[in-house]
Amino acid sequence: MTINLLMIFIAAVLTQNIALTYLLGMCPFISLSKSLRTASGMGFAVIFVITLTALINWPIYNYILVPLHSELIYYIVFIIVIAGTVQLVEMIMEKFFPVLQAAFGIFLPLITVNCTVLAVSLFMVIRDYTYLQSVVFAFGASVGWILAIVIVAAINEKLALVGDIPKGMRGPGIVMTIAGILSLAFLGFAGMVNV
Amino acid sequence: MALAEIKQSKSLQIVLDGIWRDHPVSSMVLGICSALAVSNTVANAIAMGAGVAFVLVATAILISGLRNIIPRRVRMITYMIVIASFVIIVDRFLKAYFPDISESIGPYVGLIITNCIIMGRAEAFYSQNNMFHSVLDSLSNGFSYTYTLVAIAIVRELLGFGTLLGFQVMPEAFPKWVVISMAPGAFFVLSLFIWLTRTLAKVESD
Repeated sequence: MTINLLMIFIAAVLTQNIALTYLLGMCPFISLSKSLRTASGMGFAVIFVITLTALINWPIYNYILVPLHSELIYYIVFIIVIAGTVQLVEMIMEKFFPVLQAAFGIFLPLITVNCTVLAVSLFMVIRDYTYLQSVVFAFGASVGWILAIVIVAAINEKLALVGDIPKGMRGPGIVMTIAGILSLAFLGFAGMVNV
Repeated sequence: MALAEIKQSKSLQIVLDGIWRDHPVSSMVLGICSALAVSNTVANAIAMGAGVAFVLVATAILISGLRNIIPRRVRMITYMIVIASFVIIVDRFLKAYFPDISESIGPYVGLIITNCIIMGRAEAFYSQNNMFHSVLDSLSNGFSYTYTLVAIAIVRELLGFGTLLGFQVMPEAFPKWVVISMAPGAFFVLSLFIWLTRTLAKVESD
């Protein structure tokens, strides 16, 4: 059981990285990968929200929607849970952890439209994970996402100092290319674990 | 109507903006998650493009029709519920009539909900304009999203599988360039596409 959980975690971080293999969460990738600082700030907010929404969505799906035979509306339910969680987290942080709020408060509203959050909940349902597996997968997937965005942001920052990039390629174009090369590198992890 | 008059009409401006000037994928870089993920074959790209276009048009009709009733404070969540409902329709439709495509694009259909194009257009345009202009805008955005996906998919399917829409196009001896049909290829082809369109359109980099 523990080995199984470890495998799920490693697969989610490295071999099936949610950003570089499933190509998710690309919008914030483009806008936030200009600086390492912003990227890591966003990353921690994402880990928090993804894990929390998976924790909430799993029981809602399995104990409310499945017994009522209303799996059909799970898109609506998940998106409301995500939007609600983000709002709630923001309010709680504002009240009790003003330091944290100042650190990554501005990223929270953006997370609602980060497709990684919804995707993790959808994958969890499609793959029939148990509760514990879902939580480990959600944590792993978000760690994988922050790993990818931090590496891309770091490369992008260095490149901006030395590189002479063609005009049309600046901004999103070069981020895509860096992500492509990184994705090639991550292909090297494939076969390490099979889930 | 004189040609100059047509050129200045708002409707034409909206269509042109959507198709070329404010191209959703290359100039505003929206909705690229799905542009990357489902552009490995042309069939998937067409299904995804059509799905997004349908949701865009339906959302445009509903949001622009209700724009004076929706309270501002809860508008985001309202848009999300409207979009999610139409996405469920697309998902059911694909499952019923195109089970193969539904199988291969899997969770990405559900991710139309978080496709920033729809949310972005709803917030920026449909909530402030009348129904006719909103529908025009949604049609032109849906069309340009679809042609972008299909353009990327043609390159990727041709190089990655040697086929187009499942038909063998390249000669048998053509070595399949598998990596193009995988994730890295998606990044490379999209970055080249952005480079090309931005150079042609002379979009200033921000």
